[in-house]
Amino acid sequence: MLRTILPLLTLLLACITLQPPATAQTTADQTGTELLDGLRAKSFKAKIAAVEKLAAGGDPKVAAPLTAMLEGRLHIRKSDRALVILEKRDGKKFFVDPISGETLGEAKSRSSNKVRVNNRLRGVLRSALGTLTLFSKDPDIRLKAARAIFKSADGNSLTILAKAYLDETDDDVREALARTVAATRLRHGSDDEKMAAVKILTDFSDQGVRDLLAKAALSAKGDLAKAISLAAASIDQRLAFFGVLQNLFQGISLGSVLLLAAIGLAITFGVMGVINMAHGEMVMLGAYTTHVVQVLVLQHFPDAVTHSLLLSIPVAFLVAGLFGVFLERSVIRFLYGRPLETLLATWGLSLMLQQFVRSIFGPTNREVIAPSWMSGSIEITGGLVLTNNRICIIIFAAAVFLTLTLLIRYTDFGLRMRAVTQNRSMANAVGIRSNWIDAMTFGLGSGVAGLAGVALSQIDNVSPNLGQGYIIDSFLVVVFGGVGNLWGTLVGALSLGVANKFLEPYTGAVLAKILILVLVILFIQKRPRGLFALKGRAVEN
Amino acid sequence: MTEVLYLDGISVSFGGFKALNDLSLVVEPGEMRAIIGPNGAGKTTMMDVITGRTRPDKGTALFQGGHDLTRMDEAEIANLGIGRKFQKPTVFESHSVEDNLLLAQKAPRGPFATLIAKLSGAQQDAIDETLQTIALTGDRHRPAGDLSHGQKQWLEIGMLLMQQPDLLLVDEPVAGMTDAETEQTADLLRQISKTRSVVVVEHDMEFVRALGTKVSVLHEGSVLSEGPLDVVQNDAKVIEVYLGR
Amino acid sequence: MAKLTFTTQKTTWLFAAVLAAITIVVPILNLAVPETSALHVPTYILSLFGKYLAFALLALSVDLIWGYCGILSLGHGAFFALGGYAMGMYLMRQIGDRGVYGNPELPDFMVFLDWQELPWYWLGFDNFFFAMAMVMLVPGALAFIFGWFAFRSRVSGVYLSIITQAMTFALMLAFFRNDMGFGGNNGLTDFKEILGFDLRSQGTRAGLFVASGVALLAGFLICRAIVASKLGKILVGIRDAESRTRFLGYRVEHYKLFVFTLSAVMAGVAGALYVPQVGIINPGEFAPGNSIEIVIWVALGGRGTLIGAIMGAILVNLAKSYLTAAFPEVWLFALGGLFVAVTLLLPKGVVGAVGIWGNMGARAPGGKS
Repeated sequence: MLRTILPLLTLLLACITLQPPATAQTTADQTGTELLDGLRAKSFKAKIAAVEKLAAGGDPKVAAPLTAMLEGRLHIRKSDRALVILEKRDGKKFFVDPISGETLGEAKSRSSNKVRVNNRLRGVLRSALGTLTLFSKDPDIRLKAARAIFKSADGNSLTILAKAYLDETDDDVREALARTVAATRLRHGSDDEKMAAVKILTDFSDQGVRDLLAKAALSAKGDLAKAISLAAASIDQRLAFFGVLQNLFQGISLGSVLLLAAIGLAITFGVMGVINMAHGEMVMLGAYTTHVVQVLVLQHFPDAVTHSLLLSIPVAFLVAGLFGVFLERSVIRFLYGRPLETLLATWGLSLMLQQFVRSIFGPTNREVIAPSWMSGSIEITGGLVLTNNRICIIIFAAAVFLTLTLLIRYTDFGLRMRAVTQNRSMANAVGIRSNWIDAMTFGLGSGVAGLAGVALSQIDNVSPNLGQGYIIDSFLVVVFGGVGNLWGTLVGALSLGVANKFLEPYTGAVLAKILILVLVILFIQKRPRGLFALKGRAVEN
Repeated sequence: MTEVLYLDGISVSFGGFKALNDLSLVVEPGEMRAIIGPNGAGKTTMMDVITGRTRPDKGTALFQGGHDLTRMDEAEIANLGIGRKFQKPTVFESHSVEDNLLLAQKAPRGPFATLIAKLSGAQQDAIDETLQTIALTGDRHRPAGDLSHGQKQWLEIGMLLMQQPDLLLVDEPVAGMTDAETEQTADLLRQISKTRSVVVVEHDMEFVRALGTKVSVLHEGSVLSEGPLDVVQNDAKVIEVYLGR
Repeated sequence: MAKLTFTTQKTTWLFAAVLAAITIVVPILNLAVPETSALHVPTYILSLFGKYLAFALLALSVDLIWGYCGILSLGHGAFFALGGYAMGMYLMRQIGDRGVYGNPELPDFMVFLDWQELPWYWLGFDNFFFAMAMVMLVPGALAFIFGWFAFRSRVSGVYLSIITQAMTFALMLAFFRNDMGFGGNNGLTDFKEILGFDLRSQGTRAGLFVASGVALLAGFLICRAIVASKLGKILVGIRDAESRTRFLGYRVEHYKLFVFTLSAVMAGVAGALYVPQVGIINPGEFAPGNSIEIVIWVALGGRGTLIGAIMGAILVNLAKSYLTAAFPEVWLFALGGLFVAVTLLLPKGVVGAVGIWGNMGARAPGGKS
């Protein structure tokens, strides 16, 4: 940022020396309402001048009366022509001192006149309030203010902006202020100042700055025009790069969702050869479990509601997992070795589950509150914003994947599971209860689907149809990645997610999805066993 | 006269495992050849290569001198005149015995030809004759799925005969048969080999002895030894492979 | 050629005769018998059963490939819908200037989207015979291309099921788009007449019923002829032992392609019969769930029996019409339960379980996939 700050400092020094504060008279020793006298003026022109003067003074005390003026609550008391704020409390009206906020007694009707504002004045007021909030104690408010006046600040605000910049201690706010100052300079400054401003703005890479430069380019000539076009090109380059990164992020995020939805399926389909069309409904059960857990926590421990999502993770795993074991024992075990029949029976189960949930919870969407730590976003730069809930899902998906891989690779259960997969009768012969392993494996796959439901409750509607939206995608991911291979599922999910997001800008969301479907169908024709196919004689028979 | 089957330098690997390693084998017209070897020696993979199910990584596989087997698929190879019996008897279980033979019978193989196909008297005679040969005349209307294991083996051999191939590949034809059935099968194969070339893969040494033919011993994907059974059995390398090292 | 057993022949002709009788008698009971008579068939019942006959033809097409060749298509609803859209396009063009916007050339939804002229792929659909050719050609061509790639690379079993499902899903998304030019979300509707006959008149409805009955009968006899031929035996051979068939020298992919394409054409015809009787076709017909439902009709009736497919389609749809009206919340439980019960308890379907069935070209596949 050093490259930004040096020219900025010179620019600021220029501001301060060239334009001595025109507001010297409105300093801190003026504490009373006389500060606001100008607002009593008759003409709008005079009022505008007064507001601009107040804004330039940068005294945060005047924010309250200016806000009141904007909202039409600033009045002139008829009895003494004093400026007051009219406030409603419990149905009664009171006069309040505009500076100190003291209550000055009850207001009778028609005892005061409103200070009238017009549209132009409202604009000036908003901009003035923006400037004044630059000095708020809360850095978040300062940051917002610095950004809010990026487009509207005029030449007069420069001094106050300079003051704010020099006083500023927070790096983010300083940067935002630098951007606003440069933007204002570019609009209102001399040619030299414009050149300096362009230099500073080159280092910012957001669409706002890019638009500003495009506008400035229209009236620019000579060197300035050249500088602007250079800056614009360099910003474009970075914007394109950030666009790629943003797409990548969204693609990975979509891929994580697909991974979560598909990985349970990869276990039941890949490891056991069971086509579970009710897999989507296991995801749905997980999402509804999240909803129910949240309702219960809200009832019994309302303070802990932000953490209810964490509690949902094990509960959803257990609910969906136990349900999976129940399905395996009651239906699916009778259909081993008959994949097409399994497909039909599980489809029937999925219809019944949907209707079951619809009868209990109704057909409408259920709300799941996002915990505070999942809302908001991280802004890497103006062009690259990562939302927290997406980041959380990526991390969650990675954690689930890693846990599963380790489970299958290193635990006793995983060893038995692989043994049954590879040679059922041999596994039986060495004393593995393959029935039990089947039930547990199916339960594991379903439980993982439940975990996916917890994640999806954050980004999708919790409705009885939730699972239906994912089942086809999940199957494609598993088949694309190669059946019986969790790493294949990972690569499959991520590549489909990323491909989808990179296609979207060109084709639109629906067409992108159609294209991906067609591509996967074609790919399966080419490599029927997916990306990471097992090879060998046993597989081919 | 050219060889019926000419394999030279065939290698196949699955992942890291070399199923066939520089395998070479020549079968003359009218010759019967027995292939023996321990499990994993590459016997079935060799059959897969000859019949087009597995593509070799390298090597030459020619049929009757001119046909490159590595470039054709199963159906093409079958129509050239190579019949194959699987290790596990594979017949059309829900079709009758007679229909199994009918489907195997040499005739146009395209969908439209079969849609309008009518059975000629000569074709019916050929089916009846084969039924006789494989001793299933009395079972001709039974679904093939109801046959005993040995009968299915025979039906499958009968189906190969109906194809009128020049080369038969027979994978473990006597597995699960009684001694009497084994003897009958040996007779049957000897009879077949009078007019065609036959390659038999078998574990049963008594059966191989009964066939009385040249033997090739496969080990780790290549031919270890070749010759009459007595000679092969006394080969030091073969004894080492079979009796452990 | 092995002779068909006497019972099979007899059952076939008996069933064909029953179908023919229904095709003739029901319209008569509707048109000629006075409404006061107990024998009168109300027009809505006639149309309802006309729809069932179209579904039965669709079920027949699925049974031909699944029951006899082991190809479980979860995308046959797509061929049905494409046939329906081709018919719908003809019916749209017949509306002429009687639409809401009164444009003689463009269907209402195109006027609404501000289109200036008919897209090229709509040309010719004002001609009934061209449209009917498309009813068969479009699904047939799609099935041929799809099958060409899929069968050549030996995609089979559940993999094939999954990609057929993906195919119909992709088509559904595509047809939902307005710029596809097929009416988007709302599909094609507000039909007025077919071949100059008012679609709402009793006579036209009876005519459509007869057309559905004839098409079903023709479909049944064609399928019957195929499964009784040597070709049919080879199909069953492919279903039961694909590699054996291959090693006997049959090009399995050609057989599959033939029967898959034929089946798609039949499904397209079914769709074309369905649309004028229900008065609408929309992208919902492509929904993957619809395609799976067809499979359960066949499974319930008994796969690999042809007659079972027809009976299954009619039975399930009767139950659906009744339950969705009387107990809407029960329907999905019933349908879902049916899927589970049939696969677990009735692997051969009703026809197989009752055992009235002779050897129809081959034994019903029973527990095999």
